[in-house]
Amino acid sequence: MSEPRLIEVRRNVLKQNDVIARALREQFHDAGVFVVSLVSSPGSGKTAFLEKTLTQLQPRYRVAALVGDLATENDAVRLARSKAPVKQITTGTLRHLEAAMVQNALQDWDLHQLDFLFIENVGNLVCPSSYDLGENLRLVLMSVTEGEDKPQKYPTIFNSADVAVITKNELSDAVEFDWDAARKSIESVRPGMRIFRLSAKTGEGMTEYLDFLSRQLAEQRAVVHI
Amino acid sequence: MHELSIAMGIVEAAMDEAKQRNVQVSAVHLRLGALSGVAKDALLFSCEVACQDTPLEGSRLLIEEIPVTVFCPQCKENRVLESVQSFSCPECASPAGEVLQGKELEVYALEVEE
Repeated sequence: MSEPRLIEVRRNVLKQNDVIARALREQFHDAGVFVVSLVSSPGSGKTAFLEKTLTQLQPRYRVAALVGDLATENDAVRLARSKAPVKQITTGTLRHLEAAMVQNALQDWDLHQLDFLFIENVGNLVCPSSYDLGENLRLVLMSVTEGEDKPQKYPTIFNSADVAVITKNELSDAVEFDWDAARKSIESVRPGMRIFRLSAKTGEGMTEYLDFLSRQLAEQRAVVHI
Repeated sequence: MHELSIAMGIVEAAMDEAKQRNVQVSAVHLRLGALSGVAKDALLFSCEVACQDTPLEGSRLLIEEIPVTVFCPQCKENRVLESVQSFSCPECASPAGEVLQGKELEVYALEVEE
């Protein structure tokens, strides 16, 4: 029998997704829209947080959201209460969004009419980490009820994100949330990561986070592609 | 589990490369970074499923796991992390800098029969 021969091919398995994500990123920049994606576990309060974000940004900015969900349209219905344009992406059995789904969902939207676009990923801390969606900022959300060591359990998603938001702060006393332990856990998987602690319910801490987004938008618009 | 869609991507990529070269694949060599977000065992299982009824059925998937390499701004050296739970320099313990390796999800080579 002949010896097997080894052929080097070096092919990135997610190349197709990365190519679309890159095109989306350019499109977002050209339109002057700042795009934030949200990842978290199911039940961490992603939709309540996003509803608050949309509502509070609206007096000053034009905002919209894409919402990934396995089967239902409940989240999109809830977010529509903010009066911002919201579109559902139903993923069926897939537990993550891919760049092509975002591109497809945005086909009939004029991005030039927007300042901020939010993309709510499917509630999952594993699968979304591999897929670039062309976003400018990836925000990972965890609630005080989930335990301080969540970042250590899901290091890849925390490492792939740019900022962390810890929500449901109004419950932190009741669950004896250890803020220092949480900060250390985040720091160990993503040194220097910006962390916001807030409550979407009471509004505590929202201003600091929204000001941060405003600055990000201003910075993005100040960058000129050569 | 997104490993099945990843597995289908691997099979597609390998079949495409094999077709271009008109060869029969006996094994696929994959480089899998510790930060790729893909679990090795789930991927091995998924690839078996994804290979069924394709020219790759019966081929082996050989996974080379790539640890995370970071730049340590303190030592000014590249360092390999011991675990993805700890992004600090294994030598001087200062916070890790830029990730240089460990996100790979790459069909690296094909073993083919003549």
